[in-house]
Amino acid sequence: LIVIVSVSEGSATATIMTEKQTILSLLYAVPDPEVPVLTVNDLGIIRDINIISPGKSVEITITPTYSGCPAMDTISMNIKMMLLKNGYRDVIITRVLSPAWTTDWMTESGKDKLKAYGIAPPGKTMQVNADVLFAEPAKVKCPQCNSLNTTLVSEFGSTACKALYKCRDCDEPFDYFKCH
Amino acid sequence: MTDYILHLADNALVLGHRNSEWTGHGPILEQDIALSNIALDLIGQSRNLYQYASELIGDGATEDSLAYLRAPEEYRNNLLVEQLNGHWGKTILRQFLFSAYQYPLYELLSEHPDNKLSAIARKSIKEVTYHLRWSSEWVIRLAQGTSLSNGKMKDALNELWPFTNDMLLHSETSIKEKWQNRVDNIFKMAGLVIPKDVEMTTGGREGKHTGHLYKMLEEMQCLQRTYPGMDW
Repeated sequence: LIVIVSVSEGSATATIMTEKQTILSLLYAVPDPEVPVLTVNDLGIIRDINIISPGKSVEITITPTYSGCPAMDTISMNIKMMLLKNGYRDVIITRVLSPAWTTDWMTESGKDKLKAYGIAPPGKTMQVNADVLFAEPAKVKCPQCNSLNTTLVSEFGSTACKALYKCRDCDEPFDYFKCH
Repeated sequence: MTDYILHLADNALVLGHRNSEWTGHGPILEQDIALSNIALDLIGQSRNLYQYASELIGDGATEDSLAYLRAPEEYRNNLLVEQLNGHWGKTILRQFLFSAYQYPLYELLSEHPDNKLSAIARKSIKEVTYHLRWSSEWVIRLAQGTSLSNGKMKDALNELWPFTNDMLLHSETSIKEKWQNRVDNIFKMAGLVIPKDVEMTTGGREGKHTGHLYKMLEEMQCLQRTYPGMDW
């Protein structure tokens, strides 16, 4: 996340920066309800933090992963609860759609946590092309045994953001957090 | 403008709802999940569009009031998306005919001067890309499968084709051309032939729907109409 400092200069800026850092560290502890090993910050869905009144009122801008992600309402509420618990009176959650979320915004530590959890992390985004049919699926490393000898079972998995793969070496089926 | 946004939203909601009727009934688990994911994407897109429409309408309108409290005659979706699921092949073909239209449409809307509309289109097109590819592949697979699956796809095409003009009638020429090219290409690979001399049925944009939408909305809206304002 690149936190854009909107307040002018001097010590006020420094204070605001510190407060944004504090808020960020609080958001590190808000898990994604569907993939609880990731925090909302790992997912890259926090787009901006705007301090309206220091210590009292703050606006958090988030973006959905997929249009129909059912976790967004819970995520908004959990962010709100976390900040209310930490002394804020007014927490405004604003949703933006543009620029559209991409897995490139996921943090590196988030990707490591996914793998440890048994979900193959997304690679670098490749443009999904509607004109290329029956294409060779992306090569995905098995999160259990690291083999590249894996096969795509379905491009649509247990949640909108995942595809289902199977490892041919260790026989383990696994989720792949697909590039988007 | 509001009417147009509602038209886009209604298309996404009605097809999303139709697809969701397959959840738990798909022929195999993976494809059941695939279609349910597509349903979720479409309903999500409709929510974004309804939220925007409700801002434009004001006067207490919400995404829920727009979806749950408008009469079928007020719905502006195309006739194709409200057609019954029929068998799996028909559902796939309906999805393909719609995605092949939604894809170039959202491509165009991604450049729309209205920032909110273009943001929704840009967000959605990433999802529509998957829908289009998945449904294209399955149209080919099923039409090229067995004589039984091939026959079912031909029947489905005869049933759905009369509703395609309704979708293209008000579209930009470039979208019609892109739709036609894609349909021609995929049908060529699938070995399907476009039916000739078909009498087309239109009227979705004017709220003249087939009876199927009435039944669908009756079920979808019954809770809100029986217990107004009911919440989870």
